[in-house]
Parts: sequence; C-alpha cells; structure tokens
Amino acid sequence: MSTLELRELTYTYPGDARPALDRVNLTITQGEFVVIAGRSGSGKSTLLELASGIVPHFRGGTLAGHAEVCGLSLRENGPAQLAAHVGTLFQDPETQILMGTPRAELAFPLENRGADPASVARGVEEAALALGITHLLDRRTQTLSGGELQRVALGAALAGRPRLLALDEPTSQLDPVAGDELLGLLRRLNEEWGTTVLVSEHRLERCLTSADRVVALQAGSVACDAQPSEFLDWAHDQEPSLETPAARLIASLGLDPAPRGVKEARQILARHDLLPVPTDPPPPPRPARRRRRRDPSAQLELRDVWHELDHGPTILAAVTLRVMAGELIAVLGRNGAGKSTLLRHVAGLLEPTRGAVNATGHVALLLQDPSAYFTHEHVSDELPPTQLAAVGLAHLAEHRPRDISGGERQRLALALVGADEASLICLDEPTRGMDRAAKAQLAAYLRERAATGAAVLVATHDPEFAAAFATRAILLADGRVIADAPPANLLSGGWYFATETARILHGHAGALTPEQAVAALRDTARA
Amino acid sequence: MSYMPRATPLHAARASAASCYCAALVLAVLLTRNPLLLAALAIATALAALGARVGARVARSLYLSAPMALVVALVNALVSRNGLTVLARFGDWGPLGQVDPTLEALIYGAIFGAQLALTVAVCALWSAAVDPDALLRSLRRVSFRSALTATLATRMVPLLAYDAQRIGEAQRTLHRPAPRTAIMRAVTTNALDRALDIAATLEVRGYAGTRAPRAHGLPRSRHDLAFTAAAAAIAALAMTVALLDLAPFAAYPELRGDFGALPLAIGGALVVLAAAPFANRRGTGR
Repeated sequence: MSTLELRELTYTYPGDARPALDRVNLTITQGEFVVIAGRSGSGKSTLLELASGIVPHFRGGTLAGHAEVCGLSLRENGPAQLAAHVGTLFQDPETQILMGTPRAELAFPLENRGADPASVARGVEEAALALGITHLLDRRTQTLSGGELQRVALGAALAGRPRLLALDEPTSQLDPVAGDELLGLLRRLNEEWGTTVLVSEHRLERCLTSADRVVALQAGSVACDAQPSEFLDWAHDQEPSLETPAARLIASLGLDPAPRGVKEARQILARHDLLPVPTDPPPPPRPARRRRRRDPSAQLELRDVWHELDHGPTILAAVTLRVMAGELIAVLGRNGAGKSTLLRHVAGLLEPTRGAVNATGHVALLLQDPSAYFTHEHVSDELPPTQLAAVGLAHLAEHRPRDISGGERQRLALALVGADEASLICLDEPTRGMDRAAKAQLAAYLRERAATGAAVLVATHDPEFAAAFATRAILLADGRVIADAPPANLLSGGWYFATETARILHGHAGALTPEQAVAALRDTARA
Repeated sequence: MSYMPRATPLHAARASAASCYCAALVLAVLLTRNPLLLAALAIATALAALGARVGARVARSLYLSAPMALVVALVNALVSRNGLTVLARFGDWGPLGQVDPTLEALIYGAIFGAQLALTVAVCALWSAAVDPDALLRSLRRVSFRSALTATLATRMVPLLAYDAQRIGEAQRTLHRPAPRTAIMRAVTTNALDRALDIAATLEVRGYAGTRAPRAHGLPRSRHDLAFTAAAAAIAALAMTVALLDLAPFAAYPELRGDFGALPLAIGGALVVLAAAPFANRRGTGR
C-alpha cells in the first residue's frame, strides 16, 4: 500500500518562473524509511511540504499531475485532513512551538482531533517516553534549548501516531549525540510502529544506515531513486557532493560496493586486509596549561574566564585559552556546553564574572542566524556597491536578503561583520542547514583568511567540517575545556566527536578525511 | 507579562477557579469607591501576590501603573467643575476654560486612579499565576477559534521579543550598529514571516479540521474548591455592599463617606476571604 504517490507532479511557487518540483514520479510504500538527498534549493523541503499538504494548500502556486498521501488526493485534501495521517517537522523549532509547555504542545494535535482526555493523556505520555522528554513536560517552552525544542516539536508530530513522518533536517540543531539518538529513535518508530519515515538531511552519513531508499533531487527532479549503496554509486559518478566520507574512502581505494556506513566500510577494508588493527586510543589530549604571563603576540587570550548566571548555573568555568595569528580553531561540544557563550565573551558581547579576555584588533562575530544582521529591504541597502562587488554579491543587489540562498546570506553577513578585515573571526554554528559544497566553500574562505594572518574560532557540531578547516580543536563540556589538541588527535580518538573516516579506521594514523585515510593506508601497506 | 510557575495554592488551582478568584477581586475593586475598602482590597491583593510568590511581578505592575493613576488624578482635578473646596484658582486656560481644581475632584480622580492601579495589579497576579495553556484549554470548549487566536497572539509576543533580542545582539557586533528604529522595522517585517511559519505549524497540527475538545472531567482539588468558594464569597460580599450601600462614599459636592465599624468589618472580611485559600498548601507541588 502506498503512503505517498506522485505521478508527473510539477509544482511552481507563486511568482516563480521555474518549478520547484518538476515532473516528479515517486511511490513510497507503508513502512519505508526514505532519505531525501540533494543540494540546497533542489526541492527537498518542497517535497516534504507537499507530503503534509502545506504545498500547495498553504503556499499557493500551481500544481500539475497527480498526488496522493495516505490514500487521500492532495487536490481535495489539505493539511487539516492530512494531519491525522502525517506528522511534520520543519527546520526551525522556534516557530513550531505554539503552547506554553511541552505537555500542552504534545496534547494540541490530539485535542484538535477531538480525542477524549484519556487518549490525549496517553498520547502525550507515550510520545514523551519515546523521545525521552518526560522531564521536560512541565517546563515553560521559552526556557528550552534549540535541541529540546526540536524534540518537543517532533513529539507533537508523533503524538497522534501518524502513518507518515515528514522531517526536514531534524538534526540540524542537534549535537552529534542528540542527532544520533534522534535518528535511532526514527529507526525504532519505523521498525516497531511501522511508521513511514521521509527525512531530508545534508549529513547523509548520519542516516544512510537506517535508510531503505534514497531519493536524490536535482533542480526539482528525481535524479536517483535507489537503495543506499546504489545511490552512493550514482553520487560518485554524478553528484560527488552527496557522497559520504565512507563511500569516498572506499571508492578512492578502488574498492566496492559503496558502503552505507562505518560497519560496511570496515567489512570491505577487512576483506582486502586493509583494516588497521584497533589499538588503544591515544591518551586524551590535555587542555593548555594556564599561563601566568600575557603573550603580546597572541591574537586572543582568555585567562580564567568564568560566566556564572545570577541564581543560575555556571556556563563557563575557568576557561584559559591562547589563540595565535593564523590559527584555525574548531570549538566542539554538546548542546549547552558553553560554545556560544565563549564566542560572545571573545567578541565582547558578554563580560566575564571572573577572569579576563584580551583580544587584539577587530573581532568579527557571526552569530548562528545570519538573517539577524539584515535590517533593510534590499541587499544593496545592507552594503555599498563596491563592497557588494568585492564579495561577489553584486548580482543580488535588488534581492531581499531573506530570499537569497543560505551560503549567500552567510557571505553577506560575513561582509557586514567585517570578516574580511578582522584579525579574529568567530563563527557560531555556521554550517547549519548547509550542503557539502557550501561547507567546502566556507572552509576554503576561512583557510584563505588564516593565510593572511587572521585567527579563526568556529563553534560547530560538525566533525567533518572541523576536519576540513581546523588546525586545532577544542572540546568543551559543562563550560570547561576538556581537550585542546590538533584535530588529528582530538577528532580521531572518540565516538561522537570523530569523523566517519576516523571511526572506520579506529583513529589509525590520525586520518580524518578520506584523502588522509587513503594516504595513511598506502603508507601502512608500503611499510 | 508571562506565567511564572510556582508551587503555590493559586498555581495549583485549575485555571477557571484561579481566574474566577482574580475576577472577583477586580469586581470588588470596581464596585466600591470607599477608600477604606479600596485599602483593604490593596492589602488583599498584596497578600494574594505574596501567597502566590509573585510579589515582585505585582509590585512591578504597580510601579508601571502608578504614573498613569497619578495622571488620572491630576487630569480629573483640572477638568472637573465639581466640588466645593477650591484648592487654587488658575484662571482661564483657553480650551479648558476656567481651571479651579477642587479637593473633591482631586480625591475623586485619585480614587479612580487607585481603582485602575489595583485592577492592573490583579491582572498581573492573574497573568503570573494562571497557566495560559490551561486557561485556553478551558476556553476552547466555549470558543475554540477565539482561544486559539489568543494562543497565537501570546506566542507571537515572546517570539518577536526573541527576534528583537537576536537582531539587537547581532547589531552589537557591528562597527556601525543599525539604529533602534531599523531594528524595530526589521522585527515588524519579520513578524509577517513569523506569523506565516506559525500558521503553517498550526495547519500541520490539524487546526483547520478542529473538532470541539471534550471536557477533561478531572476531580476538583482542595485548591479548586477553596478559590472558587473565595471568589464566590468576595463577589457576593462586594455586590451586597454595593447594592445596599453599606460603605457609602461620595466625592461631590463635598467629601462624604462612612469610615466606621461596618466598612472596617467589611474590609477585614475581604482581606480574610482573599487570604484564606492560601492557608492550605498541601498538594501544591508538581
């Protein structure tokens, strides 16, 4: 029985000339776990909104072709009718919370259906237990973190036990641990409840092991609809930016088939006697020692910085850090570890309750949401024409800042904060919602700036991105620096804060990227 | 103004009972002009705020409404032609005519201002102690869509405040931060996008196909009963006093009022009735 059936479906947003979905043919059957892949702007979010009826009933626009969701024609049934069958989760948790407490939020969709109080209470309890948020049920929603809000929103989507779950980048707000937990949960719902899962994700390595199928979109059309290993073969040939690190490693070694994840990659390497013998992980890297004297050549120095809230917890505890010109530093840690607070101290937005921060020169801080920097109607009002041309955005002068792509928004915001002239650049979760190509561009930009003497400090949840740009990595936990080392050391020895390549090779030779791994394995073979 | 969860009897009572209690206090404030009874109601409100552990919030509301009350008193003194005790003769003020403020007009305005400030204080108590979700759940059975519109409105306020804070913080990192007006414009421009996002969430949660929710039928707690009884008693006493004119007070043409034993006893009764439900603190935690 099909849960989603699209035949020759074309959809165009109001005012757009080009269709967002172009002659899409797709059938998803009950109980499948389907990953939607594609670069930014390829139509992933539109497809998910179509599954929930938001497109076209809420967004407007023109629709041609046939679409059926859970046996209901999309032409005759809108989101209200589909809500009984489809649970939806969008990217931004802030706008998905309507009520004052998670308990009321989870009850809301059930109450809308006129469920009796006992069913509402049971639905709330079960969804909360499934997501591990029972302890949050009576908290005020405005006190929850982004990750907690995302879980509550997912709980609201699950509370009615939908047949189809449509999730648009559900892990984009989450740290690696919470992201893995969420995907594990989706797998369990899929296996035990038979819920069909339709999820779009940029970090494919996270979810391919759970997927039954991958649908890749290119410019609104289905370019590939296949099982994960066939999709990876297709990506290798047609769209390398969608290839996972594990698949790139195996392909670079001239081996096959393309692995879905760490386990399969290890099996392939083992079959060819290439899998390094697991050794004891290297000793945990030590945080930098406290230095008593200031170093005038340092671009930034934090000495015993504490941030303690009035009547609240300690966010940063005795953070001591010295950053030299040209260093590229990744700051990693779980949600709430203190990464964003650390960057705010560096930029002078916060005053330490104890300790001192000394930064030399201009500090450019780009906060999580680049849109927060835009206060004008047009891109041309944000920056003068010469500067716009310098950052390659002159062709967007008459666009609204909110209508340009994520990468372009970030470039514009970087220009606004003066990153091109800054001696210290701080970025807070810059890769949220970015595809691999945009991340590669950002990493290249940061390396370029470091080469001219700027120091770079990036708070990120993304170990692959950290491996791509950083020369030093810092791990924060509960406001303390618990590790400070080269990325090859820090990102190769753990489970969560480790790249996929490092996990495959058990941290062998500190290889973090497929290219480093290939070189290391060849060296080992020669030896 | 937002809900402040606390382990107190008023918070533990169901939203309808707590709302009736606050409504009864407002009714009592609006039905009397006797300064003695208004003073008693001020004490009752203060005790209720302390009992609900939201004293600081209520005090802040008084701080904010006090200037408004003062303005009411002064304007009444300037525009009213009533009263016999002239305090000063300011002569002809053009459109305002002859301005001769009287003691009676000043007192009348002060009483009106006090009623206003007390009403604001009770509303602050209500917003801090009554869970809006629970209240809206009760209201939904009467008018679902109105209740939901109220939910959205209440959700938009913190969301836009969050946007303003986020944009303000981002601007602080710039060499030349945008002026406040530009931030406000950006927030209001965002408001439409935010409202659309929230509306999309409402759609996927099944709002448009809403059926009337059923009553939850939970047993009434001791706090539900105590606050409902207190509300009924305060409202009944206030109406009786008003109907039978048991605590008379008139400002014009000259100040006349009863400040004897009966109004004093009524004031005392109002304080006791308002404070009594807070005496029993069993079962207030979550």
